[in-house]
Amino acid sequence: MDKILVGLKRVVDYNVRVRVKSDGSGVETDGVKMSINPFDEIALEEALRIRERGEAKEVIVVSIGKPEAQQQLRTGLAMGADRAIIVTTEDLSDALTVARVFLALVEREKPDLVLLGKQAIDDDNNQVGQMLAGLWKRPQASFASSLTINGPSATVTREVDAGLETLEVDLPAVVTTDLRLNEPRYVKLPDIMKAKKKPLDEVSLQDLKIEAAIAIKATAYAPPPVRQKGVMVDGVPALIDALKDKGLI
Amino acid sequence: MSKVLIVAEHANGKLNPSTAKTVACARQLPDAEIHVAVFADDAGAIATDAAALSGVAKVLLIENPVHANLMAATIAPQLAELGGNYSHLFGPSTTFGKDLMPRTAALLGVNQISDIMDVRGSHSFLRPIYAGNAIVTVEADSKTIVVATVRTASYKAVSGDGDGVIETVSPSAELPSHTRFVELQSGKSDRPDLQTASKVVSGGRAMGSSEGFEIIYKLADALGAAVGASRAAVDAGYVPNEMQVGQTGKIIAPDLYIAIGISGAIQHLTGIKDAGTIVAINKDAEAPIFEVADIGLVGDLFQIVPELEAAISK
Ligand SMILES: Cc1cc2nc3c(=O)[nH]c(=O)nc-3n(C[C@H](O)[C@H](O)[C@H](O)COP(=O)(O)OP(=O)(O)OC[C@H]3O[C@@H](n4cnc5c(N)ncnc54)[C@H](O)[C@@H]3O)c2cc1C
Ligand SMILES: Nc1ncnc2c1ncn2[C@@H]1O[C@H](COP(=O)(O)O)[C@@H](O)[C@H]1O
Repeated sequence: MDKILVGLKRVVDYNVRVRVKSDGSGVETDGVKMSINPFDEIALEEALRIRERGEAKEVIVVSIGKPEAQQQLRTGLAMGADRAIIVTTEDLSDALTVARVFLALVEREKPDLVLLGKQAIDDDNNQVGQMLAGLWKRPQASFASSLTINGPSATVTREVDAGLETLEVDLPAVVTTDLRLNEPRYVKLPDIMKAKKKPLDEVSLQDLKIEAAIAIKATAYAPPPVRQKGVMVDGVPALIDALKDKGLI
Repeated sequence: MSKVLIVAEHANGKLNPSTAKTVACARQLPDAEIHVAVFADDAGAIATDAAALSGVAKVLLIENPVHANLMAATIAPQLAELGGNYSHLFGPSTTFGKDLMPRTAALLGVNQISDIMDVRGSHSFLRPIYAGNAIVTVEADSKTIVVATVRTASYKAVSGDGDGVIETVSPSAELPSHTRFVELQSGKSDRPDLQTASKVVSGGRAMGSSEGFEIIYKLADALGAAVGASRAAVDAGYVPNEMQVGQTGKIIAPDLYIAIGISGAIQHLTGIKDAGTIVAINKDAEAPIFEVADIGLVGDLFQIVPELEAAISK
């Protein structure tokens, strides 16, 4: 296998408790910590391990978004990716347009494997990998918890509602990661310095001649209904009484 | 008028309850005519049960040996072909629907809406984002088909007393052979199904081991409840992955949820927002789970849980 393409989306860090703006026009992102989408870090870790086993030669990280996403790509390079591509666009595109961008890059780079996260934790869409596989007419193995490359194919175990499903897919294919696939490595300081010299190409949506899809419009944002704090009981008998009161036992 | 096609989810010859919940969502659309597509090797009762879902006018039956195992790669091209005649194409937001619907939407050249929790109009919906920290109103383009997944925890299954008709159809889309099913490993259990149970008992990292988890099973059995877990308990290998509740596990809405030795991380709470009553048992009075619990009990679970089980079994 030659190349692996990995998607790294810049998202609000998973530790941040996101709040809706008081006027309902969006969520508060000013001054909030931004990170690589956690599932994408796992995708990159998996790609690096495949390369380190000698089963791939090059790992390319890709981000689509505002120029600030370069920070996340630099982190990806410091983790060990060989080079990076940023596709700049001011308004964060919809999933289908993002999938079209990935398809354009796939046609350019001809990777044997595209590794994406199963979902971006901002929009919680869980779509891009499956859409890319559909457009590319190639296999998809979503929600992967284990991945083995066997020459021209790969064996992927997927976390599904019923348990663990194993598929065999011909390469090239799209695999999206679940949390238990691996534990991403930490970036070491010297690697951050080294990463500064690695290539980071910038292309625009126009360069790729992408036709933007019709987006699903978000018209209003609201905080979720809050659950009221309930009562504290002092022991099992009181708990039993409370459950009986509610007719639950 | 809305013309809706819903893709049925099923396994082991049985229709999954997620299908009846997706129908409930479709029935919120103004003036909806609802059809259900059943992809199967040998449908049997699945097709008749789907036709009996209240509000379903017609079942489209697509029988083909390739559908012995439901895979997005083989269903999506056929579903996209059938979808051409509809204004809406819905699937459940289970791992089956999440895998299938985006691929189908891409083939139809449209975006997809994930996790509909309420319908506001034929093209207007509510859905959660940021792990449920915000609810967004979304508007889909009115000139193209709406492809969406339905957040099953937001809906109650429709009843099974309808009288839809069954029609066999044969889409012509070419089916790929690049994706092959190998196996499904699933923990066999006689306990109620986590996704549909009215009572759920979950254990967290505090259980310490799979042996430690035994007291959770015992309590669940005394209550007739399903068993769930936090991600930490799954990651530590105490229980299999299909038991995980939360943002990246199952989103559930039981009448009673008992969280034991679970701190209440936001990603876990996302999975239980719609529970009727939440009970929390934790030794740390400051644990965030108590902020959302209807009934809280502070103490050592290894004492409380056996005592609770004994009291309930009495
Ligand atoms: C992208 C992402 C997705 C995630 N998705 C999920 C998800 O879907 N589901 C999920 O659950 N998590 C998810 N997580 C993980 C989540 O952030 C938490 O790490 C996890 O839920 C913690 O599990 P826990 O509550 O069992 O463990 P802990 O947070 O370690 O809590 C253990 C609790 O047990 C209590 N305790 C210890 N001993 C006892 C005792 N003897 N008696 C009583 N109480 C005791 C402690 O006080 C503590 O509150 C996700 C994280 C990320 C980053
Ligand atoms: N703007 C983006 N830049 C890079 N990768 C992305 C972007 N959007 C989505 N992806 C990839 O697609 C996965 C699924 O995203 P989503 O379908 O939006 O939940 C993410 O985990 C990323 O790997």
